[in-house]
Amino acid sequence: MNSRNIAWATGLVALIALPFVYREPYHLHLLVLILIWSFAYTSWSIMGRFGLVSLGHGGFMGVGAYVTALLWNHLGVSPWIGIPVSMVAAGALALIVAYPCFRFRITGHYFVLVTLALSGIVLQVITATRDWTGGSLGYTPNRAPSGKGFWALQFDDKTTWYLIALGIWVVGLIIWRAIDRSMARYAMEAISEDEDAAAAAGVNVTAEKLKITLISALMTALAGAIYCQYQMFISPDTVSGIAVSLQMVFAVIVGGLYVSLGPTVGAIITILLAETLRIGFGTKAVGWDNLVYGVLLVLFIIFLPKGILGSIAERLKFKKA
Amino acid sequence: MQHFLDIFDIYLLEAVINGILLGGVLALLALGLNLIFGVIDVTWICYAELVMIGMYGMYYMVQVFGMPYWAAAPFAILLVAALGAALHYFVIAPLLTAPPINQLLATGGVLFILQSFATVAFGIDFRNLGIRLPVLALGEMHFSYSRLLSFVAALVGMIVVYLFMTRTFTGTAIRAIAQDRQIMPLMGVDTRRIYLITSALGGALAGLAACLLVLQYDVHPFVGLSFGPITFLICVLGGLGNFIGGFIAAFVFAEIISLGGLFSDLEWGYVLAFAFFIVMMFIRPAGLMARRS
Repeated sequence: MNSRNIAWATGLVALIALPFVYREPYHLHLLVLILIWSFAYTSWSIMGRFGLVSLGHGGFMGVGAYVTALLWNHLGVSPWIGIPVSMVAAGALALIVAYPCFRFRITGHYFVLVTLALSGIVLQVITATRDWTGGSLGYTPNRAPSGKGFWALQFDDKTTWYLIALGIWVVGLIIWRAIDRSMARYAMEAISEDEDAAAAAGVNVTAEKLKITLISALMTALAGAIYCQYQMFISPDTVSGIAVSLQMVFAVIVGGLYVSLGPTVGAIITILLAETLRIGFGTKAVGWDNLVYGVLLVLFIIFLPKGILGSIAERLKFKKA
Repeated sequence: MQHFLDIFDIYLLEAVINGILLGGVLALLALGLNLIFGVIDVTWICYAELVMIGMYGMYYMVQVFGMPYWAAAPFAILLVAALGAALHYFVIAPLLTAPPINQLLATGGVLFILQSFATVAFGIDFRNLGIRLPVLALGEMHFSYSRLLSFVAALVGMIVVYLFMTRTFTGTAIRAIAQDRQIMPLMGVDTRRIYLITSALGGALAGLAACLLVLQYDVHPFVGLSFGPITFLICVLGGLGNFIGGFIAAFVFAEIISLGGLFSDLEWGYVLAFAFFIVMMFIRPAGLMARRS
């Protein structure tokens, strides 16, 4: 075991031990939110770092959240089954949209616009089927009868949620690392540089891109479902649509697109920022957090495109060299 | 049964004509976006939000300051044109050499800024001009004058842009840059100036669309989301930067939305349009007007 692994393990043990030592519910709530969104942002960055900028992830997240909740409320299907089903649904949606995109070389601007439209359309579908989904007013999964909380994946105590969120966050990081060290990474980097050259070198461009997109969409749907189960309330604005997609992009860019903990740093910054503004301004804060997001996003892209963590990592590398 | 069919056909015809009228405004929106993309090679994700700001401009000038509609419209167009130029000057210009995705994401940041600015400054209430234009009854069909006016104004706007692009030096320079970005500076064209003019022109088109849309729809900070995605679909279907393709695609989409709305909710019209779009991507991935290679 080298020192790097020891540092990771110590950090992880400290994070697992945290809720047993420190029980302030509001801070634990913030931590759970940060972990869930970190996972969602990590799933976006898995695609985003290879130049596959998707603004459709709000759509995948919405599918994950709504399919799980709808199955539970209308058919009584446990989220333990509902979440995999919702992930399959999001994956199918991703394949249906992504296959023609990749097969027919829809890249760059085109790809962004198509995915942007996708998240807009998921939003419209949720709004249009308001008889089932509650439309823009939002939707609440039915409370499980007492004693059935585990079956319904509904827990009252924050420690359980904290551990679940921590678990998926770690899984997200492991997937990120696995891709970072796989052949898929080299294939994807070659593709993002030059598709023709990559194809000539024997990379199956369409298949590689689809693989990455599918992993990313499945993870995002899981994030949406977990978020829904934790918050017990979802609305098209909070889990779906263009605003959510842009929020993902923003957090990842601010944190750092090319480092594994970048999305996490982004989630910490965005959620703390939103909470500070909410507490500082109260109801007057409506809109202000997004205003600050927007200004920061523009400034970051112009002046610090590698993000906070990415820039720090680069500095450190320079010093070593 | 015969009677039922008669009524049905009337409604169908009405929906078809309303679709054409809607298509005019959509075509105008698509033209602005295509212009920016074709010349500067940038996609303004926040394009629909510029329209939203223009609609608020119209609302304040007409409802709060009591200006007549026709006098307020030029100011709204100028306002959004200035906004477009500012967007280029402050956000796009510093990023011209950056990867294209960064430019696009920066305009996504501007989308956030404009939306939340509107929320903070104007509140989230729905507002309208309070102008009720009469409804034209043709036999058993009904068309609102606001749609007719929008259609005509959109067509006039597009013709003016066409004339500007073909008959003036600046317009010719804009088209030339769209064809070859590298060589035009050598021919004595100041690209920075042309980009700024193009951005202002794209903004002006958004402003014109705002003046027309505000007649038909209430304005609120998130109104851009209701026609932004469809504009992007139109541009992609027509081929980004392809003016004629965008024009045709706008009418195709407008018909789908209008006819879809006839049979079900308007939202389902949008969903149908998206399904159609996915199918079309399999058939003509590079846009409607793309030449087969």
